[in-house]
Amino acid sequence: MKQGTFTILDNARLARDTFRMVLEGDCSAVTGSGQFVQVSVPGLYLRRPFSVSDRDGDRIVLVYKQVGKGTAAMAAMAPGGTLDLVTGLGRGFDVAAAGERSLLVGGSVGTAPLLLLARELQAAGKAFDVALGFGDAGLAFYVQEFKALGAQVKVATQDGSLGREGLVTDAIRALDGTYDYFYCCGSKVMMRVVSEALPFAGECSMEERMGCGTGICYGCSIPTTAGMRRVCADGPVFRKEEIVWERI
Amino acid sequence: MGKDLSVRVCGVKLRNPVIPASGTFGFGLEAADWFDLNVLGGISLKGTTLEARPGNPTPRIAECAGGMLNAVGLQNPGVEALVAERVPALRACYGGAIIANISGFSVEEYAQACAVADRCADIDLIELNVSCPNVRHGGMAFGTDPKSAAAVTEAVKNATRKPVLVKLSPNVTDIVAIAQACADAGADGLVLINTLLGMRIDIKTRRPVLANTTGGYSGPGVFPVAVRMVWQVARACSIPVVGCGGVASAEDVIEMMMAGATAVQVGSENLRDPLACPRIVAELPEVMDRLGIDSLKDIIGIV
Ligand SMILES: Cc1cc2nc3c(=O)[nH]c(=O)nc-3n(C[C@H](O)[C@H](O)[C@H](O)COP(=O)(O)OP(=O)(O)OC[C@H]3O[C@@H](n4cnc5c(N)ncnc54)[C@H](O)[C@@H]3O)c2cc1C
Ligand SMILES: Cc1cc2nc3c(=O)[nH]c(=O)nc-3n(C[C@H](O)[C@H](O)[C@H](O)COP(=O)(O)O)c2cc1C
Ligand code: FES
Repeated sequence: MKQGTFTILDNARLARDTFRMVLEGDCSAVTGSGQFVQVSVPGLYLRRPFSVSDRDGDRIVLVYKQVGKGTAAMAAMAPGGTLDLVTGLGRGFDVAAAGERSLLVGGSVGTAPLLLLARELQAAGKAFDVALGFGDAGLAFYVQEFKALGAQVKVATQDGSLGREGLVTDAIRALDGTYDYFYCCGSKVMMRVVSEALPFAGECSMEERMGCGTGICYGCSIPTTAGMRRVCADGPVFRKEEIVWERI
Repeated sequence: MGKDLSVRVCGVKLRNPVIPASGTFGFGLEAADWFDLNVLGGISLKGTTLEARPGNPTPRIAECAGGMLNAVGLQNPGVEALVAERVPALRACYGGAIIANISGFSVEEYAQACAVADRCADIDLIELNVSCPNVRHGGMAFGTDPKSAAAVTEAVKNATRKPVLVKLSPNVTDIVAIAQACADAGADGLVLINTLLGMRIDIKTRRPVLANTTGGYSGPGVFPVAVRMVWQVARACSIPVVGCGGVASAEDVIEMMMAGATAVQVGSENLRDPLACPRIVAELPEVMDRLGIDSLKDIIGIV
């Protein structure tokens, strides 16, 4: 956990209602993919949590969807401005758990943290492919980035405007390969479906409305096989069998 | 500058008046990685009950103007785990006052939980939470009626030799009557305020934002309410009052003390600024200097 001021280097539209913000500052607390930061948006009381989507030294990338007041204010911010961030939050993806070939499954803006994960897997010499689900072609992002890392990438959209028509499970079916581990980030419904559909082990990055994001308020607890656990501090990434899906 | 920040609450000396409030600082240990907990005057631990509780469904948190709503619902491991694991682990790295915040669903349960806390030498003070708005048939029900508040206080006083602070709810018409009832029943001190009962609705989904429908409002918006209640109660009762509600700066601490608070708790501000308490402690001497205050004890209740 580290609090600090970050400078906005870039803040551009990446897809419909979706933005990519590059921030520069002290990233020493950021240890890996699946971790998140808490952004203080001027005028709003609570910080807003966003996954670290990419990282290069003292620069981090956030990919965020405009859904409310905070993200609307962020979308209007210009390069050169500053933001107060708390970084290095949460326990991220377990790269060491990857087997022969992993499957990365992203839904909508949940695709964001998978890019940094993909870079880490590649650096560790682990093979992977990617299945993504979006509402339509206009909302899709990062397809080329994953391809550039040498992965097989399949997309499904609900209206069929890009890739297969259907859900992310249809994108998974379109992949040609055998997998022994998965990493998933998306809506709760999507992660449950994926966890139940895939016969092998894997992990999901969970999401809950947060108070502190640092583990002190117990505002974000979800039912797990080890009792109620905090998404912000015990997660956000949990192994699929740890989550009591029926009660999520 | 040689400023004296120390205060005394019910015979317990605090190096300064700043205490993270219950429920906004976990069990203390969570923050030990970020700063030296020993800069704090005391730590009020997360609300604990006799038996472990899973708490409410999510969303438990909502934003609102001037603060937030919460309906955590007293998720906690139970008082046995508190005294066996959490408190000793905290004591290993922290020498200041440890305050156990106890809640319950019947007078007997409060007394039983406090009897367990009483056995733990590392707990310095007991804070009776008779003001939690987020659980049914308990919590606040005891803090909104003078007779029930007195009954809980008396039962707990008989169950422990530790000093007992009663934490009051602002959701009442006459805070002084409740405060006096607790004082008469033997309370050693009072803490006020807990959260104000609130509610938000998502106008798109036409549903309450919180899974619990209602929640407790806290943050800077409640500060004037807290200052007013601390002032009213401190003048009416002779036992120490700990002020809480919307405190976010050293200036707020001083204002709360001028209203009559002997010590001051910082709640929601810890959620938005994990380093809020050490920051406020560090700012205090300079603000005191600016205001011509040498010892914080001199300003308690001067208004
Ligand atoms: C660990 C974690 C990582 C996240 N990573 C990303 C990310 O990389 N990119 C991204 O776009 N979003 C991410 N989110 C979700 C993001 O935090 C919310 O979308 C954001 O806080 C909304 O802020 P707002 O002020 O715009 O919305 P508000 O005005 O506060 O709310 C508008 C609506 O957004 C929804 N919302 C608000 N807060 C949350 C929340 N914490 N989780 C889910 N829905 C919420 C609610 O439905 C609400 O009605 C993440 C959430 C968590 C918990
Ligand atoms: C997330 C959260 C959890 C809380 N849990 C408790 C609790 O367990 N016991 C208690 O006595 N008060 C609890 N409170 C109330 C606070 O201790 C404090 O009285 C209140 O929030 C007002 O102070 P503030 O405005 O500084 O937050 C909680 C408050 C919040 C925001
Ligand atoms: S958001 Fe406060 S504990 Fe997770």
